[in-house]
Amino acid sequence: MFALTDIIQAVGLLSCFALLATSRIGACIRWLSFQGILFGLVPLIVHHDGLSIREIALASGNVALKGVIFPWLLLRLRARADYNREVQPFVSFIMSILFGTLALALSVWLTMQMKPALKDAPFVMLDSSIFLIFVGLFLIVSRRNALMQVIGYLVLENGIFVFGVITVVGTPLLVELGVLLDAFVGVFVMGIAIYHINREFGSIDVDRLTVLKG
Amino acid sequence: MPALASLAATVCALVLAPLLFGIVNRTKAFVAGRRGPPLLQLYWDLAKYLRRGAVYGETTSWLFRLGPVIGLATAAAAITVTPFGGIGAPASFTGDLIVLAGLLALGRFATVLAALDTGSSFEGMGASREMHFAALAEPALLLALATLAHATDFVSLTSIYRAIDAAAWTGALPTFALTAMTLVVLLLVENTRIPVDDPTTHLELTMIHEVMVLDHSGPDLGYIHYAAALKLWIIGSLLVGLLVPVRSGDVWLDLAAMLAGMVGLALAIGMVESAMARYRLMHVPQFIVGAATLSAVAFIIRLV
Repeated sequence: MFALTDIIQAVGLLSCFALLATSRIGACIRWLSFQGILFGLVPLIVHHDGLSIREIALASGNVALKGVIFPWLLLRLRARADYNREVQPFVSFIMSILFGTLALALSVWLTMQMKPALKDAPFVMLDSSIFLIFVGLFLIVSRRNALMQVIGYLVLENGIFVFGVITVVGTPLLVELGVLLDAFVGVFVMGIAIYHINREFGSIDVDRLTVLKG
Repeated sequence: MPALASLAATVCALVLAPLLFGIVNRTKAFVAGRRGPPLLQLYWDLAKYLRRGAVYGETTSWLFRLGPVIGLATAAAAITVTPFGGIGAPASFTGDLIVLAGLLALGRFATVLAALDTGSSFEGMGASREMHFAALAEPALLLALATLAHATDFVSLTSIYRAIDAAAWTGALPTFALTAMTLVVLLLVENTRIPVDDPTTHLELTMIHEVMVLDHSGPDLGYIHYAAALKLWIIGSLLVGLLVPVRSGDVWLDLAAMLAGMVGLALAIGMVESAMARYRLMHVPQFIVGAATLSAVAFIIRLV
């Protein structure tokens, strides 16, 4: 039958392009939630040696945090800071999409370069994980709205998570859950920061922060 | 037998193409709660246009008269290289997918020249918009065809479409699905349907294709409408041939499946037009670039 990983990969790539092309914050948060659930399920599929409690714990932790809790936090933040619901890109949406195509080509090339070095890893979604990292970084630098930077950070974190699941076989569960906790604290702190930025400046436009220069 | 079937498919294309518009309009009317024009309305319109004489403006030159003729000639030539699902095209050779894109581009070029030749500012605006969107849509079409060529390892449209069967779909589901999505968008863009352009609008400011043909009359207008129907049939059969992977070995069964698919496609276009609003002109390029990206993604993930 169909290779399930191929389909997850294709849909995941599309969710990245949707994030690059969407102009409304609310839609971006929903795409992020979808992507979190999709890639949270990866540990259940890539290793074919049966499901253990470890994979299930990892997947459910990821789906719960990135699919439900983070989007909920972000939606709450958006409701508080309702100054502007557009993402306000520095780079136009068409250029963002073209960047995405280039980044995808680059990540496929990088994957081919890495293949000899990682012989034991199941080689299915390495290119999408590198692509997620590129897109996350690009969203952080190219959007003016502070909420988009949290979203970019979470896309980046998705990429690192998938990369870790695929390449590093046998990380202790405690380490992986620790990484999840880090992401949780990160989003929490960013949320508080955005709340304060919004109260101080009346907007969450990161361009305004330049007035802080001495 | 295959030669006979491809002849039958070509005749079907030439005869049934105007019927697609009838189905689309009937579907839109049905959803809106109206009865709508008869299914054969475009045939009656064509017959009426051909009986009339043409009026030419004093400022126009031979370019204006040439436009509709070249448009119809290129569309008819493009029909001969377009396979109808598993049924081969009458003409098939290595690289005919580029010829198909080139013929469509040539027809558009002639229409645009004729529109510019009138010297009307509205027609110039329509021509400018048409070329703007075409410049984005052509790479998307070539990328989609290149992806299909890469996925099936053939470089002729007939061989490519013969190779797309149910087994090929299961082998490369994401590639084919993404390419089909690109072709759906291209179908709407190239045939100036909603959400890109509204074929029924009568406000020059918002039109793209219709504004370019405002000055044509009589047989010329008939040629243009018929060429538009053929173009819908061409891109429609590229899409339906991909989405209906019936390659049973019996060519007449394949033909019937494809014809049913074309009717389904016309119904789907009618539903899309009833459910969606036009995009703002500013957003159309983003829509087309997004479609091209889908094909690019399909191409790139084949490389791994």
